[in-house]
Amino acid sequence: MTEAFDFSLIDWSRGQFALTAMYHWIFVPLTLGLGFIIAIMESIYVKTGDPAWKRITKFWMTIFGINFAIGVATGIILEFEFGTNWSNYSWFVGDIFGAPLAIEGIMAFFLETTFIAVMFFGWNKVSKGFHLLSTWLVAFGASLSALWILVANAWMQMPVGMKFNPDTARNEMVNFWEVLFSPMAMSKFTHTISSSYLLGAIVVIGISAWFLLKKRHQVFAKRSIVVAAVFGLVTSAFTVLTGDFSAKVIAKNQPMKFAAFEGLYHGQRGAPLVAIGVVSTSPSDPENENIKDFVFKIEIPNFLSYMAFSDFNAFIPGVKDLMEGNEEHGIMPAAEKISKGKLAIDALAEYKQAKAAGNMAKQAEAQQILEENFEYFGYGYFGTNPDHLVPNVPLTFYSFHIMVALGFWFLLFFAIVLVLVYRERISNARFWLIMAIVNIPLAYLASQSGWVTAEMGRQPWVIQDLMPTMTAVSHLDSNAVITTFILFAVVFTTLLIAELKIMFKTIKNGPKTEGGN
Amino acid sequence: MFETFQLLTLQQYWWIIISILGAALVFLMFVQGGQMLIYNLGKTKTERSMIINSLGRKWELTFTTLVTFGGAFFASFPLFYSTSFGGAYWVWMIILFAFIIQAISYEFRAKENNFLSARTYEVFLFINGAVGTILIGTAVGTFFNGAMFSVDKANIAQVFDSAISRWQTPFHGLEAVLTFHNVALGLAIFFLSRVLGVLYIVNTIDDEAISQRATKQLLYNAIPFLVFFLYFVIALLLKKGFAYDPVNGIVFMEKFKYLNNLIQMPIVMIMFLAGVVLVLVGIARYYFNKKTNSFWFAGGGTFLTAFSLFLIAGLNNTPYYPSLFNLQHSLTIQNSSSSHYTLTAMGYVSLFVPVVIAYIYVVWRAINNKRIDKSELDEDIHVY
Repeated sequence: MTEAFDFSLIDWSRGQFALTAMYHWIFVPLTLGLGFIIAIMESIYVKTGDPAWKRITKFWMTIFGINFAIGVATGIILEFEFGTNWSNYSWFVGDIFGAPLAIEGIMAFFLETTFIAVMFFGWNKVSKGFHLLSTWLVAFGASLSALWILVANAWMQMPVGMKFNPDTARNEMVNFWEVLFSPMAMSKFTHTISSSYLLGAIVVIGISAWFLLKKRHQVFAKRSIVVAAVFGLVTSAFTVLTGDFSAKVIAKNQPMKFAAFEGLYHGQRGAPLVAIGVVSTSPSDPENENIKDFVFKIEIPNFLSYMAFSDFNAFIPGVKDLMEGNEEHGIMPAAEKISKGKLAIDALAEYKQAKAAGNMAKQAEAQQILEENFEYFGYGYFGTNPDHLVPNVPLTFYSFHIMVALGFWFLLFFAIVLVLVYRERISNARFWLIMAIVNIPLAYLASQSGWVTAEMGRQPWVIQDLMPTMTAVSHLDSNAVITTFILFAVVFTTLLIAELKIMFKTIKNGPKTEGGN
Repeated sequence: MFETFQLLTLQQYWWIIISILGAALVFLMFVQGGQMLIYNLGKTKTERSMIINSLGRKWELTFTTLVTFGGAFFASFPLFYSTSFGGAYWVWMIILFAFIIQAISYEFRAKENNFLSARTYEVFLFINGAVGTILIGTAVGTFFNGAMFSVDKANIAQVFDSAISRWQTPFHGLEAVLTFHNVALGLAIFFLSRVLGVLYIVNTIDDEAISQRATKQLLYNAIPFLVFFLYFVIALLLKKGFAYDPVNGIVFMEKFKYLNNLIQMPIVMIMFLAGVVLVLVGIARYYFNKKTNSFWFAGGGTFLTAFSLFLIAGLNNTPYYPSLFNLQHSLTIQNSSSSHYTLTAMGYVSLFVPVVIAYIYVVWRAINNKRIDKSELDEDIHVY
C-alpha cells in the first residue's frame, strides 16, 4: 500500500540530505576538537611566553581555518534543506524544531564567527589576553552550536515537551526545558562532541607522527602530541561513558533501533552482545529484505541486557517482538499501532470537517479519538504490511560495531601514546607513529559510522512514531531533486579535493621555522 | 515578560526581529558588492589582495546573518519556511549554491596547491556577489508581488498526498523574474551592494590608487541603483497591495496599500525617509568630499530603508507572502506563526541580540582600528 508514495522523490531527497550531512560531518568534528586543542596550546603560550608554543598554535589554527570554511559552506545547506526538501516536516514540527536552529544562530554561530576574526587577524591588534579569550570563545561557540543542532536532532528521535494542535495541524512546544534537557538530547550532545574532540586529537597526533617519522619539526610534533594525547585520553574515556549512556536512552526510547544495532530478531532475557558478526547477504525472511541472519558471530553472554538496562537478566525485545507484539512484556503488535495511527489520522480529517461545518459535538468527539491515539499517529501512514517499520539491520549493525570497536581502540591508543611520551620513546616508536597516521581515516570512519547508526537506525521515522520520512518530503518533482543531488555531489567533491590538496600542502610545508615570530 | 504579551503582539515583535535581521543582511551585502569589484578597483595583485583581505574579515558576518535569518524565520513563521523554501525550490537552491562557493573562496584562494587556481575562487566570489544580491532581492520582491503557491493544512490527513504547501508552477520560483517589479528590487540591491562595497573598501583600505578608482565606481553604481530603487519604490507605493481583515483573515486587494502602510505607521515612514536620505548623503560625502566614513552613513541608511520595507510588507494587516494562486492562501504574520509558547521562549532568546551586536561592535573596532595598507599583507598574520 505504501507503493502509492513517490519513492523516487523520497529516496533522492534522503540521498541529498545524507550526502550534505556526511560531507558536513567530515569537517565539523575536526573543527570542534581542534578548537579546544588550539585554545589549550595558546594558553600554554600565554602562560609560558615561549614563542615555540605560538608557532605551534598558529600552525594548527591554519588547519582549523581550512576546515572551518568548508564546514560552514556545507552547514548552511543543511539548515535550508529542512525547508527545501522536507517542507511538510517543517510545518508539522517547525514550532519546536525551528527554535534550536534560531538559537544556534543567535547564541552560538555569531559568537564563533565574530571571534574567529580576532583569532586569525588579531595577533598584532589586540592584547594577548583578549586574543586568548577569543580563541576560547571560538572553541566554546562551536560546541554551543553543536548543542543546539543536536538538541534539534535528538527531539526528532525522542519527541518530548510538545502537544499536537488539530487546528493548526502541527505539534506545538509546551515545555522548552523538556526539549533542551531530554535524556536523548543530553546523551546525543555529550557523545557527539566528546567523539569529535577525540577525532581532533587523533588528527593532531597523526600529523605530528608524520613529522616525527620524517624527522622534521620534532619539538613541535612532540609538544603537539602531548597536548593532543592528554586531551584525547580524557575525551575518549568520556566518549565511552556517554556512549553507554546513549545506548541506555536508545534501548528505552527507540527499541527497534536498539534491536537493529545488534541484529537481534528474537527478544530474550539475558541477551548477549555480538562482539563480532557477519550478516548474511540474503534475507532470512522473504517478506522483509532488512531481516538477515548471522553467518558467523561471537557473543558475550548477557552483556546486551546489561548495556541496555544495567541488568544482566533484563529482557531486550527483538525485531520480531516489536513487529508481532509480545504480550508477556507488554509490547503492542505493529499492526495494532498502524490501526491506531489510522484512527488518529481519520479523526484529524473528521475534526477539520466538523469544524468547517460548525459541528461542535462531532469536533469534540474527533478530538478525543485523535488525542487517545496520537502517540501512534505516524503509523497510520503505513499500509497493512508492517515490514516497512524495520530499518536496514545489516547497515545499522555494521556501522554501530565499527563505531564502538574503534572508540575502544582509540582509548587504548591514547594511553599507549602517553606511556611512550612519558618514557621519551615516542620519536623512535615507528610502529605506533605509523598507527597514528592510519588512525586518521579510522577516526573519520568511526565518526561517520556514528551518524549512519543514528540516522539509518531510526528509519522509517523522521520523527519517532509521529511522522515517517515518506510523509515529510516536499511536494517536488523527483527530477528536480536528482539534479540538485548531482550538483551537490559534484560541488562538494570538488571542494573536498581542493581542501585535501591544500591541507596536505600546508602540512608538508609545516609550521614556521624557529626564529620566525 | 513575554508571557503576558498577546499572540498578535508576539507575532508583530517577531516580524520586527525578522525585519532587523533582513535589513542587517541587506547592509552586510557590502561584502557581496565588494567581491564584484575586485578587478574594477584592484589593478595589481597587491591591490586585489588588500581588497580581498579587507572583505575577507567580514564575510562570516554576512553568512552568519543569512543563517540566523533563516533560523529565525523557521522558528517564528514556520509556514513561510515550508512554503517558500519547499516551493520556490530553484530560487533558493541557486542562492545556496552561490553561498557554498563563497564560504571556501576566501580561505582557499591564496593557498598553495588549491586545485582550482586563485582566479577561479575570485570568479566564485563574483558569482556569489551577483547571484546572491539579485536573487535574494528578487525573492524579497515576491513579498510585495506574491507567488504561485497553495496551502492547505488539512492535507496532512491525506495519507498518500499529505503535502501542506504546494507550488503551482513547474518553475518552482524562477517565474518571479517575469515580474519586473521583483527584478527591479533585485537589481537595486545588486547596485546598492556595489555602492556599499566601494564605500567599505575605501573605509578600510589606505591606498591612493584604489581610492581614485573607487570614486568612478561609486558613480557608475550609484546611478543605476537610484534608477532601479526609485522605480521600485514609486511602483510599490502606487500599486494595489495585499491586505487582510484582522477579524476574519479574509485577504483582499487594497489601493495604495503600501503607501497607506507608511502613512498609517508614521515612525516607519520617518525611518524610510531618513534611510533614503542617509544613503544619498553617504554617496555624496564620498563622491564630493572623499570622506572615508561615508560607509557608515550609507550603511546606516541602507539598514533603515530595508527595515522599513520589511515592516510595511508584514505589519498593518498586510500579508507578507501573498498567494497569486488563491488570495486566501496568502501568508500573514497571524496565520503562519509559531505558537504563543514558542514565540515567548524565542522572545527571551531575542534578548541576546543586543549582546551579539555589542561584541560584534567591539571586535569590528579592534580589527578595523587601522586601515589596511600594503605593509599589513607582509605581517605574520592570517592572510587570504
